[in-house]
Amino acid sequence: MTQKKKLVMVGNGMAGVRTIEHLLKLAPGAYEITVFGAEPHPNYNRILLSSVLAGGADLKDIVLNDWDWYEENGIRLFAGHAVEKIDTKNRVVISHKGTAVKYDALILATGSNPFMLPLPGADKEGVIAFRDIQDCETMMETSRSYRKAVVIGGGLLGLEAARGLLHLGMDVNVVHIHPYLMERQLDETASRMLQRELEAQGMKFLLQKHSESIYGRKRVKGLRFTDGTDVEADLIVMAVGIRPNVALAQASGIETNRGIVVNDYMETNIDSVYAVGECAEHRGIAYGLVAPLYEQGAVLAKRLAGVETAGYAGSVTSTKLKVSGVDVFSAGAYEGPPGTRSLRYQDEVEGVYKKIVIRGDRLAGAVLFGDTGDGAKLFSLIKSGESIQGREKELLLGFSPSGGAVSPESRLEAMAGDEIVCGCNGVSKDAILDAIHNKGCGTVGAIKACTKASGSCGGCKPQVEGLLKLYGGENAGAPVKEGICGCTSLDRDEIVAEIKRMELRSVREVMHVLGWSQPEGCSKCRPALNYYLGMLWPEEYQDEKESRFTNERYHANIQKDGTYSVVPRIYGGVTNPAELKKIAETAEKFGVPLVKITGGQRIDLLGVKKEDLPKMWEELGMPSGYAYGKALRTVKTCVGNTFCRFGTQDSIAMGIRLEKEFERLNTPAKVKLAVSGCPRNCAEATIKDFGVVAIDGGWELHVGGNGGVHVRATDLLCVVKTEDEVVEWAGAFLQYYRENAQWNERTSVWIERVGLDSVRKALEKPEERKALYGRIRVALSRSADPWEQIIRNPELRKNFETLNAAVPAQG
Amino acid sequence: MGKRKVATTAEIDALGARTVKLGDKEIALFRLTDGEVLALENRCPHKGGKLSEGMVCGGTVHCPLHDWRIDLRTGSALEPDEGCTGVYGVEVDPASGAVYLLEE
Ligand code: SRM
Ligand SMILES: Cc1cc2nc3c(=O)[nH]c(=O)nc-3n(C[C@H](O)[C@H](O)[C@H](O)COP(=O)(O)OP(=O)(O)OC[C@H]3O[C@@H](n4cnc5c(N)ncnc54)[C@H](O)[C@@H]3O)c2cc1C
Ligand code: SF4
Ligand code: FES
Repeated sequence: MTQKKKLVMVGNGMAGVRTIEHLLKLAPGAYEITVFGAEPHPNYNRILLSSVLAGGADLKDIVLNDWDWYEENGIRLFAGHAVEKIDTKNRVVISHKGTAVKYDALILATGSNPFMLPLPGADKEGVIAFRDIQDCETMMETSRSYRKAVVIGGGLLGLEAARGLLHLGMDVNVVHIHPYLMERQLDETASRMLQRELEAQGMKFLLQKHSESIYGRKRVKGLRFTDGTDVEADLIVMAVGIRPNVALAQASGIETNRGIVVNDYMETNIDSVYAVGECAEHRGIAYGLVAPLYEQGAVLAKRLAGVETAGYAGSVTSTKLKVSGVDVFSAGAYEGPPGTRSLRYQDEVEGVYKKIVIRGDRLAGAVLFGDTGDGAKLFSLIKSGESIQGREKELLLGFSPSGGAVSPESRLEAMAGDEIVCGCNGVSKDAILDAIHNKGCGTVGAIKACTKASGSCGGCKPQVEGLLKLYGGENAGAPVKEGICGCTSLDRDEIVAEIKRMELRSVREVMHVLGWSQPEGCSKCRPALNYYLGMLWPEEYQDEKESRFTNERYHANIQKDGTYSVVPRIYGGVTNPAELKKIAETAEKFGVPLVKITGGQRIDLLGVKKEDLPKMWEELGMPSGYAYGKALRTVKTCVGNTFCRFGTQDSIAMGIRLEKEFERLNTPAKVKLAVSGCPRNCAEATIKDFGVVAIDGGWELHVGGNGGVHVRATDLLCVVKTEDEVVEWAGAFLQYYRENAQWNERTSVWIERVGLDSVRKALEKPEERKALYGRIRVALSRSADPWEQIIRNPELRKNFETLNAAVPAQG
Repeated sequence: MGKRKVATTAEIDALGARTVKLGDKEIALFRLTDGEVLALENRCPHKGGKLSEGMVCGGTVHCPLHDWRIDLRTGSALEPDEGCTGVYGVEVDPASGAVYLLEE
């Protein structure tokens, strides 16, 4: 029997044990392994302590390697033993209980210590950190008999602690030295958004406060600040930072700086002594997140197994705030250090903030708040270091070319195979697909067991679930045909053909006859079917309001807080004093919080209560501007030859005529028009769905423009002479688009898909153009102003009102 | 336990919803295709969207703000989302169509 080498590890935490797991796979039986752990537990998922506090997991659920695992792998575990001494000469470690073990190779994986502010009184009972199971237990216990908690530190860890304490029913104040929270990840605006969200959850903040001392007798009673104020506290949690745990190494003559200094192979300056995890300092950096530590562990395991490996070269890290209801993601050089430029996007309505940091033509960092769905994609770009020139805005906005926000499914589909899904464990999409297709994984649990994806912070669980749903059907492996939504495998053209062939007349009938998997469909297919039916049977079809989006049912744009906005028609952007007065009076009467001139040359009354909508419409006496619908929106105009010295035609009149002609038209996606009086094009007609530019003696007709997410300039369709021709061509174009585009497909995307030539061909022949124009007239003739309808019809109007509850009866 | 008449079935459109205030809570009453009426607290567990304004599909409602799906019977968000909103008992008198909200 050959003598096995003796491997000893000090520290039974996430990085160290991960290294051992790797080593066992690479070189089973090569070492006789002994592990010392100061905590009396087997290796557990420290990251999930936040979830344990917040009620998302149980202490028993977070064990990563249970007692049996050590036994099965022949590992001797001294749990509850802190190693006190390393004799590097004789290669022996000794624990505080006197246990001495010899080693041939030694791994130091002692993690970090929480940094405790050296305040007078910091040693009182009830002053703790947030680092281990014991801290967690203390918090849970304290919450049973005390109410007031103070967390010092408004960073990731502090906020997660505070969220947990709130969940435990405590009254929580977060003390932060900076003027705003998470100042390392967010800038002030985003941080304020975060603060608002957390305040809504019940957290309180004391910003720009310098702690001076902790008072109380034996137990803490409160915290005093340098400005003389104070806050009461039964519990103080310090979450102001961590320090690599180097004391043992230092005392044993191993080189330390901030951390234990290691080279690219995790070797310290002493032969056969390695360090891995938060305690290690590599190229000047001591990491505080698991992903880089796991990378280090993989290198060290190979080294110990004698497997050829490239050295560890450092990591770019990303992190998420694990507080339910608030999504914060940051990665790379998110602070925007000198030499970088950044792009920001801020949407206070949806509560979304995004920032990407660019160095040269590469992505160097990113911060996402509110919508973190693009995190993985951005992170993989940061790591790949590929050029993002020309794509900066797209990356910032993260929208698909179809205009709408990307659905999680299509985001997952579009994801490259080598893109990392699980940032903690470095698991790529391909690795997950491999588990699904080749290793028979049919549940998230199985995928986790097989690849470790979602096994650490759990932040990527939705994506793993999504991938499983997308790729894991019974016929996993076989290419899955794409339907218009998850309820069917039929695409738009197949559905429209079937509706025609079988003369299907209602949404229910379509779903029933065509074998929908969800009997009542979903929010994607129902509005689409409703549109196709209305387009195909303009004269008979009864529009189904229950299959329309909120905005189209309430004929107003819903806002974040459940209020709505009202945009009346202002044809061609032309108004008059009487109309303006009416709008002003209505706004005053209903206390409208914001009156705004829109980008579409009209006026928006925002923040209106649902029950006020019909009353306001009545008061205004103006038609709906359809600012909410898949319908004709605005027709922008410029001054034209009425006043402008360059104007060649009456663009205002032309615009108003077009708007009156096509208002209320239902279209696959919204449609915007504009008319400019000369090629200077002040109405921006060349980024509209249908744009008209006047020239001397005629009109240029432009199509397929878009000024939204993906700016697209129009294609010139043709030049015509008269106003009647403009109207006829516009009608024919819009009808051809109505009959052929997919629901939710703007003209710009549609034209790119079908090609300008096919559109030209369809409209070229006068008789076909006239036929199309005829059909759009039929559709229009059946439309009526929805505001007017609702005002007059109590059956429709009731839906805007709250019901009255009767006095309770005894039951 | 008490019950309180809050509506008649005729006041709620099929696949539609109405709201009623009880104390400081707003409750949404949904009517399914088969006439069943279900009640939830009118607050999406995600960001408080008014579920009454969402699209009802079978036994779920899509929140109007970010399209989470909430089970009308349990108040829970369907996977992959997580969260739960309050559920209220409802009784409908088949003869009169009166809709009662049950209170604990
Ligand atoms: C009110 C207005 C902003 C303003 O104050 O100026 C506005 C407000 C909204 N726009 Fe817009 N857009 C407004 C002009 C525009 C313009 C400029 C224009 O029309 O000249 C554009 C770019 C031009 C274009 O569409 O080609 C524009 C491109 C978008 C887009 C991106 C569309 C695209 O295809 O890329 C969206 C998102 C979408 O539709 O999915 C959007 C969506 C929205 C929504 C409806 C977001 C939503 O779904 O809740 C906003 C409603 C806010 C609210 O709560 O009421 N809005 N939006 C403008 C109304 C114009 C009007 O009078 O009707
Ligand atoms: C509440 C919380 C939330 C977190 N959230 C995230 C997150 O979302 N994402 C993320 O990537 N990271 C997160 N982290 C950080 C992550 O947990 C750490 O980076 C990781 O656990 C470090 O692993 P490690 O093995 O280096 O150290 P540890 O896991 O701390 O393990 C070190 C172990 O060594 C023991 N030890 C120390 N000295 C001795 C000694 N002399 N003798 C014996 N044993 C000793 C310690 O008791 C400890 O058990 C979080 C941390 C906390 C506390
Ligand atoms: S109004 Fe338009 S551009 Fe402005 S935030 Fe809303 S969607 Fe975005
Ligand atoms: S508030 Fe309901 S989905 Fe966002």
